[in-house]
Amino acid sequence: MTLSRGSLTARSVRADASTRLARNRPKGPIVRRNAGRVLRGTAIAVVVFCSLIPLVWVLVASFKQNVDITNPEKLLFTPTLSNYSNVLVVNNFGEYALNSLFIAVMATFLSLVIGTPAAYVVAKYKMQSAAMFIFGARIIPAIGLLIPWYFIFVQMGLVGTFRALIASHIFVALPLVVAIMSSFFESRNVELEEAGQVDGLTAIGSFMRITLPIAIPGLATCAILGFIFSWNNFLFALVLSGQDTTTLPAAIFHFIGYLGVDWGGLMAAAVVITLPIMLIAMFLQRYIVAGMSAGATKG
Amino acid sequence: MKTEAASWKPVVQQWCDRHIKLLFLLPAFVVVGGLIVYPLLFTFHLSVTDAAGSVDRESNFIGVENFVSLVTDTERFLPSVWRTLYFTAIGVSVQTVLALAIALLLRKPFRGQTLVRTSVLMPMVATPAAVGVMWLLIFEPTIGVANEIAGWFGIAPQGWISDPSQTMTTLIFVDTWEWTPMMALIMLAGLLALPEEPLEAARVDGASWFQRVIHVTVPMLRPTIFAAVLLRLIESLKTFDLLYTTKGAGGGSSHEAETLEIYSYSTSFDYQEYGLSAASLVLYLVLIIVIIGGFMAWQKRGTK
Repeated sequence: MTLSRGSLTARSVRADASTRLARNRPKGPIVRRNAGRVLRGTAIAVVVFCSLIPLVWVLVASFKQNVDITNPEKLLFTPTLSNYSNVLVVNNFGEYALNSLFIAVMATFLSLVIGTPAAYVVAKYKMQSAAMFIFGARIIPAIGLLIPWYFIFVQMGLVGTFRALIASHIFVALPLVVAIMSSFFESRNVELEEAGQVDGLTAIGSFMRITLPIAIPGLATCAILGFIFSWNNFLFALVLSGQDTTTLPAAIFHFIGYLGVDWGGLMAAAVVITLPIMLIAMFLQRYIVAGMSAGATKG
Repeated sequence: MKTEAASWKPVVQQWCDRHIKLLFLLPAFVVVGGLIVYPLLFTFHLSVTDAAGSVDRESNFIGVENFVSLVTDTERFLPSVWRTLYFTAIGVSVQTVLALAIALLLRKPFRGQTLVRTSVLMPMVATPAAVGVMWLLIFEPTIGVANEIAGWFGIAPQGWISDPSQTMTTLIFVDTWEWTPMMALIMLAGLLALPEEPLEAARVDGASWFQRVIHVTVPMLRPTIFAAVLLRLIESLKTFDLLYTTKGAGGGSSHEAETLEIYSYSTSFDYQEYGLSAASLVLYLVLIIVIIGGFMAWQKRGTK
């Protein structure tokens, strides 16, 4: 059995012998191979089904009237958009979406501006202690920082402002930028950089004109992941946002409190929050997986 | 004028070049100092005071009183430590095994693999607060589809998240749905970077599929598995969004989902006991450092 399997791909001399053996028993391996293939296909289908079905279920529920949601066995229903108009227009989720967008873009941008040069120096001078420090920042419970931030922001009159929220979201994106970019810069082309300096560029000039343009895929990865983590962040907005600065995750939580029974509205809100992120993930899947792996090996 | 400009420009450039380390690190240091180091010291300070109520209220130094009341609190604090460990130990173990299985399943190329990987990615990019709300409906005891499906198999309706005895198990299930994909995709990336030859050699030597996985693939993938577990361990110990959106302040009416994260949040922002909360955060940080440090030491010893 193992011999015939070996015949499928093996390249060594011993494998040649097993190929001959396999030819003498033509039926077995093909049936086995097909059975294996069907089994694998089924398993993959199960994984995909389990990942997506709760999301699909919620998407469907968001188009149902509450009467239909309370009857889960009823599969056919008249779709309605009322949940969406309720959430977007009556409950201001459109405005919260803009808040989320603004905070995520600003926090990501500032983290890139601050974190990329730091990551470059960390990689160039192999500063292990700085890398360890970034890792240390990840294990701190965020609430341990949130309480002091809250005290400080209250005293400065900043609670409920965009400035406070953006500052807190920089804590989300900055460690990510430094971790991903430093591993990206470690594999940079040193010779190209040195050639630039021989031709009269300063160290900073060669960073700006040579290293940085090559690092654009890395920057894109950071930007996408930073945006997603900031958009998804719930804890900081829960404490630091005000009426005009509420982000989507904080808004949906308050939504549970006020209209606990409006399941249709809740599901529409969940879709409104998640859909933009899913679209990003769908088209930029490659970057996200690459970024996570870089972050993983770093941290 | 022109010659003057030309004379100071190189000086500035030279200075910048010589101090590139400082220039490039300074903004990050300022941010890290302001956002992390100072606040952390502030929390340590708060932990030995009786700060509570309003932020502006004067607080007094009370020594280790907060810590004493925490470690003797068998009603809330100590159970929350236990729940944190339970949630993380069970959750991360199950997720690691499942993720490895999924990564192995998706390893060999097949038609539609990009589509499959994108689908698997969805639970982990979905906004956690929205995920919590979603599963709240699915596990709703009277109108949720979970009890509907349970009914098909003749299982009586369950309370799921709302039943204190089932809350943690149900939430570990949701956490597994949400975060297994992240570990699986990291492990898959690791698998795809492995050399083919050792597997080929094992195959030729007659090792079965299972033997090849246990004796060849897993040992080679060890660093990636450890990295994925480490990442997940850190996040799992600090799970907030899922627990707070589904159970709210204090982890529910009988604190059934109150982990350390929820405990320290609730004591400070639901009940305004800042001093007590800061003390719990200090103990919480120590616990995380011990667990992560222990895990990393174990990993190092294993690779020797």
